[in-house]
Amino acid sequence: MGEPMKIRATLTGDTTEVKVLMTHAMETGQRKDAQGQTSPAWLIQTILVTWNGKSVLSAQWGPAVAKNPFLSFRFKGGAKGDKIVVRWIDSRGDQRTDEASIA
Amino acid sequence: MNDGRRTFLKSGGGVTLLTLLAAAGWLDAEEALAQTWNKAAFDTHSLGDTLHALGGNEPAQSRDIEFVQTPEIAENGAVVPVGVASKIPKTESIAILIEKNPNMLAAVFDVPAGTDPVISTRVKMAQTSNIYALVKADGRYYVAAKEVKVTLGGCGG
Repeated sequence: MGEPMKIRATLTGDTTEVKVLMTHAMETGQRKDAQGQTSPAWLIQTILVTWNGKSVLSAQWGPAVAKNPFLSFRFKGGAKGDKIVVRWIDSRGDQRTDEASIA
Repeated sequence: MNDGRRTFLKSGGGVTLLTLLAAAGWLDAEEALAQTWNKAAFDTHSLGDTLHALGGNEPAQSRDIEFVQTPEIAENGAVVPVGVASKIPKTESIAILIEKNPNMLAAVFDVPAGTDPVISTRVKMAQTSNIYALVKADGRYYVAAKEVKVTLGGCGG
Protein backbone atom coordinates (compact mmCIF):
# COMPACT_ATOMS: atom_id res chain seq x y z
CA MET A 1 0.00 0.00 0.00
CA GLY A 2 2.85 2.37 0.68
CA GLU A 3 2.83 5.49 2.81
CA PRO A 4 0.35 8.31 2.12
CA MET A 5 1.39 10.93 -0.40
CA LYS A 6 1.54 14.59 0.44
CA ILE A 7 -0.50 16.47 -2.13
CA ARG A 8 -0.91 20.22 -2.29
CA ALA A 9 -3.08 21.88 -4.93
CA THR A 10 -3.27 25.66 -4.99
CA LEU A 11 -5.44 27.83 -7.20
CA THR A 12 -3.85 31.06 -8.48
CA GLY A 13 -5.96 33.00 -10.95
CA ASP A 14 -7.22 30.41 -13.43
CA THR A 15 -4.35 27.97 -12.89
CA THR A 16 -4.04 25.18 -10.36
CA GLU A 17 -0.56 24.21 -9.23
CA VAL A 18 -0.19 20.65 -7.99
CA LYS A 19 2.73 19.45 -5.88
CA VAL A 20 3.05 15.81 -4.90
CA LEU A 21 5.55 14.16 -2.60
CA MET A 22 5.45 10.36 -2.59
CA THR A 23 7.15 7.97 -0.22
CA HIS A 24 8.88 5.21 -2.13
CA ALA A 25 12.34 3.60 -2.12
CA MET A 26 12.73 3.88 -5.93
CA GLU A 27 15.36 1.13 -5.76
CA THR A 28 17.32 1.12 -9.04
CA GLY A 29 18.37 -2.53 -9.03
CA GLN A 30 22.03 -1.43 -9.23
CA ARG A 31 22.73 -0.71 -5.58
CA LYS A 32 24.49 -3.22 -3.37
CA ASP A 33 23.78 -3.63 0.34
CA ALA A 34 26.38 -4.11 3.08
CA GLN A 35 26.62 -7.85 2.27
CA GLY A 36 27.37 -7.11 -1.38
CA GLN A 37 23.94 -8.35 -2.47
CA THR A 38 22.28 -6.33 -5.20
CA SER A 39 19.01 -4.83 -4.01
CA PRO A 40 16.33 -5.74 -6.55
CA ALA A 41 14.72 -2.93 -8.52
CA TRP A 42 11.55 -1.59 -6.96
CA LEU A 43 10.15 1.62 -8.35
CA ILE A 44 7.02 3.56 -9.13
CA GLN A 45 6.41 3.09 -12.84
CA THR A 46 3.14 4.78 -13.68
CA ILE A 47 1.45 7.84 -12.22
CA LEU A 48 -1.92 9.37 -13.01
CA VAL A 49 -3.26 12.67 -11.73
CA THR A 50 -6.93 13.47 -12.26
CA TRP A 51 -9.04 16.55 -11.58
CA ASN A 52 -12.77 15.82 -11.30
CA GLY A 53 -12.11 12.51 -13.00
CA LYS A 54 -10.31 14.09 -15.97
CA SER A 55 -6.64 13.28 -16.52
CA VAL A 56 -4.40 16.33 -16.03
CA LEU A 57 -1.07 14.48 -16.05
CA SER A 58 0.18 10.96 -16.52
CA ALA A 59 3.74 9.75 -16.39
CA GLN A 60 6.01 6.75 -16.70
CA TRP A 61 9.07 6.69 -14.50
CA GLY A 62 12.32 4.80 -14.60
CA PRO A 63 14.85 4.05 -11.86
CA ALA A 64 16.49 7.47 -12.28
CA VAL A 65 13.65 9.25 -10.51
CA ALA A 66 14.92 10.10 -7.04
CA LYS A 67 13.88 8.29 -3.87
CA ASN A 68 10.67 9.72 -2.36
CA PRO A 69 9.66 11.24 -5.68
CA PHE A 70 8.57 14.84 -6.03
CA LEU A 71 6.42 16.13 -8.84
CA SER A 72 4.98 19.52 -9.62
CA PHE A 73 2.97 20.87 -12.54
CA ARG A 74 0.15 23.30 -13.35
CA PHE A 75 -3.08 23.05 -15.26
CA LYS A 76 -5.69 25.55 -16.43
CA GLY A 77 -8.93 25.40 -14.50
CA GLY A 78 -9.91 24.08 -11.12
CA ALA A 79 -11.95 25.64 -8.37
CA LYS A 80 -11.42 25.71 -4.64
CA GLY A 81 -12.66 22.44 -3.16
CA ASP A 82 -12.27 20.40 -6.38
CA LYS A 83 -10.72 16.98 -5.86
CA ILE A 84 -7.27 16.16 -7.15
CA VAL A 85 -6.58 12.43 -7.15
CA VAL A 86 -3.07 11.01 -7.55
CA ARG A 87 -2.45 7.35 -8.19
CA TRP A 88 0.74 5.38 -8.65
CA ILE A 89 1.53 1.77 -9.49
CA ASP A 90 4.96 0.31 -8.76
CA SER A 91 6.98 -2.49 -10.29
CA ARG A 92 5.66 -4.99 -7.71
CA GLY A 93 2.10 -4.18 -8.74
CA ASP A 94 1.54 -2.31 -5.50
CA GLN A 95 -0.49 0.86 -5.83
CA ARG A 96 -1.67 3.80 -3.87
CA THR A 97 -4.33 6.46 -4.43
CA ASP A 98 -4.55 9.69 -2.46
CA GLU A 99 -6.59 12.82 -2.91
CA ALA A 100 -6.56 16.45 -1.90
CA SER A 101 -8.86 19.42 -2.36
CA ILE A 102 -7.77 22.49 -4.29
CA ALA A 103 -7.10 25.33 -1.86
CA MET B 1 -49.69 14.12 -13.07
CA ASN B 2 -48.65 12.90 -16.45
CA ASP B 3 -46.48 16.01 -16.98
CA GLY B 4 -44.81 15.42 -13.65
CA ARG B 5 -43.98 11.91 -14.66
CA ARG B 6 -42.46 13.18 -17.93
CA THR B 7 -40.27 15.67 -16.09
CA PHE B 8 -39.15 13.01 -13.68
CA LEU B 9 -38.21 10.68 -16.52
CA LYS B 10 -36.29 13.44 -18.29
CA SER B 11 -34.31 14.48 -15.25
CA GLY B 12 -33.71 10.84 -14.41
CA GLY B 13 -32.34 10.31 -17.91
CA GLY B 14 -30.07 13.33 -17.52
CA VAL B 15 -28.57 12.03 -14.32
CA THR B 16 -27.93 8.65 -15.91
CA LEU B 17 -26.16 10.27 -18.84
CA LEU B 18 -23.98 12.37 -16.53
CA THR B 19 -23.12 9.31 -14.47
CA LEU B 20 -22.22 7.43 -17.60
CA LEU B 21 -20.00 10.28 -18.81
CA ALA B 22 -18.25 10.44 -15.48
CA ALA B 23 -17.78 6.70 -15.54
CA ALA B 24 -16.42 6.92 -19.08
CA GLY B 25 -13.94 9.59 -17.96
CA TRP B 26 -12.73 7.35 -15.19
CA LEU B 27 -12.50 4.39 -17.50
CA ASP B 28 -10.32 6.37 -19.93
CA ALA B 29 -8.08 7.45 -17.08
CA GLU B 30 -7.81 3.92 -15.75
CA GLU B 31 -7.03 2.67 -19.20
CA ALA B 32 -4.25 5.23 -19.59
CA LEU B 33 -2.75 4.17 -16.29
CA ALA B 34 -2.96 0.50 -17.12
CA GLN B 35 -0.93 1.11 -20.27
CA THR B 36 2.09 -1.09 -20.04
CA TRP B 37 5.19 0.63 -18.80
CA ASN B 38 7.46 1.19 -21.80
CA LYS B 39 10.18 -1.26 -20.75
CA ALA B 40 11.99 -1.04 -24.09
CA ALA B 41 12.37 2.73 -23.76
CA PHE B 42 13.57 2.55 -20.15
CA ASP B 43 16.21 -0.06 -21.07
CA THR B 44 17.94 2.12 -23.65
CA HIS B 45 21.44 3.55 -23.39
CA SER B 46 21.60 6.21 -26.11
CA LEU B 47 19.52 9.11 -27.29
CA GLY B 48 18.93 7.44 -30.65
CA ASP B 49 17.77 4.16 -29.08
CA THR B 50 15.49 5.96 -26.65
CA LEU B 51 13.90 7.95 -29.46
CA HIS B 52 13.44 4.79 -31.43
CA ALA B 53 11.79 3.03 -28.48
CA LEU B 54 9.51 6.01 -27.88
CA GLY B 55 8.51 5.87 -31.52
CA GLY B 56 10.17 9.16 -32.36
CA ASN B 57 12.08 10.48 -35.33
CA GLU B 58 15.20 12.67 -35.47
CA PRO B 59 14.61 15.44 -32.92
CA ALA B 60 15.16 19.07 -33.84
CA GLN B 61 17.28 21.21 -31.53
CA SER B 62 14.98 23.74 -29.94
CA ARG B 63 15.49 27.00 -28.09
CA ASP B 64 11.88 26.88 -26.96
CA ILE B 65 12.65 24.25 -24.34
CA GLU B 66 14.04 25.62 -21.10
CA PHE B 67 15.40 24.02 -17.99
CA VAL B 68 13.95 25.58 -14.87
CA GLN B 69 15.00 24.99 -11.26
CA THR B 70 17.84 22.83 -12.58
CA PRO B 71 21.23 23.49 -10.96
CA GLU B 72 24.55 23.92 -12.79
CA ILE B 73 26.24 21.91 -10.06
CA ALA B 74 24.50 19.24 -8.00
CA GLU B 75 26.31 18.36 -4.80
CA ASN B 76 24.29 15.19 -4.29
CA GLY B 77 23.58 13.12 -7.39
CA ALA B 78 20.89 11.17 -5.53
CA VAL B 79 18.54 14.14 -5.55
CA VAL B 80 18.89 16.54 -8.47
CA PRO B 81 15.96 18.88 -9.15
CA VAL B 82 15.05 19.04 -12.83
CA GLY B 83 12.38 21.21 -14.35
CA VAL B 84 11.49 21.41 -18.02
CA ALA B 85 9.36 24.12 -19.61
CA SER B 86 8.32 23.80 -23.23
CA LYS B 87 7.10 26.81 -25.17
CA ILE B 88 6.40 24.69 -28.24
CA PRO B 89 2.70 24.79 -29.16
CA LYS B 90 0.76 21.53 -28.81
CA THR B 91 3.32 19.93 -26.51
CA GLU B 92 2.08 16.38 -25.90
CA SER B 93 4.81 14.85 -23.82
CA ILE B 94 8.05 15.72 -22.07
CA ALA B 95 10.78 13.14 -21.45
CA ILE B 96 13.86 13.58 -19.27
CA LEU B 97 17.00 11.69 -20.32
CA ILE B 98 20.32 11.54 -18.51
CA GLU B 99 23.16 10.72 -20.87
CA LYS B 100 25.60 9.03 -18.51
CA ASN B 101 23.16 7.11 -16.32
CA PRO B 102 23.10 3.29 -16.68
CA ASN B 103 19.71 3.68 -18.36
CA MET B 104 19.22 6.92 -20.16
CA LEU B 105 15.50 7.52 -19.82
CA ALA B 106 14.44 8.90 -16.43
CA ALA B 107 10.82 9.87 -16.94
CA VAL B 108 8.14 10.52 -19.53
CA PHE B 109 5.29 12.90 -18.76
CA ASP B 110 2.17 12.98 -20.92
CA VAL B 111 0.75 16.48 -20.97
CA PRO B 112 -2.95 16.63 -21.85
CA ALA B 113 -4.47 19.79 -23.34
CA GLY B 114 -5.11 22.27 -20.53
CA THR B 115 -2.01 21.27 -18.58
CA ASP B 116 0.95 23.67 -18.81
CA PRO B 117 3.99 22.01 -20.43
CA VAL B 118 6.07 22.81 -17.37
CA ILE B 119 7.11 19.86 -15.21
CA SER B 120 9.40 19.64 -12.19
CA THR B 121 10.71 16.54 -10.50
CA ARG B 122 13.89 15.17 -8.91
CA VAL B 123 16.22 12.63 -10.49
CA LYS B 124 19.32 10.59 -9.67
CA MET B 125 22.54 11.18 -11.59
CA ALA B 126 25.43 8.73 -11.56
CA GLN B 127 27.96 11.39 -12.60
CA THR B 128 28.37 14.72 -14.35
CA SER B 129 26.29 14.45 -17.49
CA ASN B 130 24.14 16.15 -20.04
CA ILE B 131 20.43 16.13 -19.29
CA TYR B 132 18.22 16.05 -22.36
CA ALA B 133 14.67 17.30 -22.42
CA LEU B 134 12.82 15.62 -25.23
CA VAL B 135 9.53 17.23 -26.19
CA LYS B 136 6.92 15.72 -28.47
CA ALA B 137 4.69 18.40 -29.96
CA ASP B 138 2.16 17.96 -32.74
CA GLY B 139 3.74 14.60 -33.61
CA ARG B 140 7.30 15.96 -33.92
CA TYR B 141 10.23 15.68 -31.54
CA TYR B 142 12.38 18.50 -30.19
CA VAL B 143 15.35 18.34 -27.86
CA ALA B 144 17.42 20.60 -25.61
CA ALA B 145 20.39 19.76 -23.41
CA LYS B 146 21.96 21.08 -20.24
CA GLU B 147 25.06 19.86 -18.48
CA VAL B 148 24.79 19.30 -14.74
CA LYS B 149 27.99 18.72 -12.78
CA VAL B 150 27.68 16.16 -10.02
CA THR B 151 29.97 16.22 -7.01
CA LEU B 152 28.74 12.96 -5.46
CA GLY B 153 27.13 10.28 -7.65
CA GLY B 154 23.63 9.04 -6.87
CA CYS B 155 23.72 5.52 -8.28
CA GLY B 156 25.59 2.42 -7.19
CA GLY B 157 27.47 2.68 -3.87
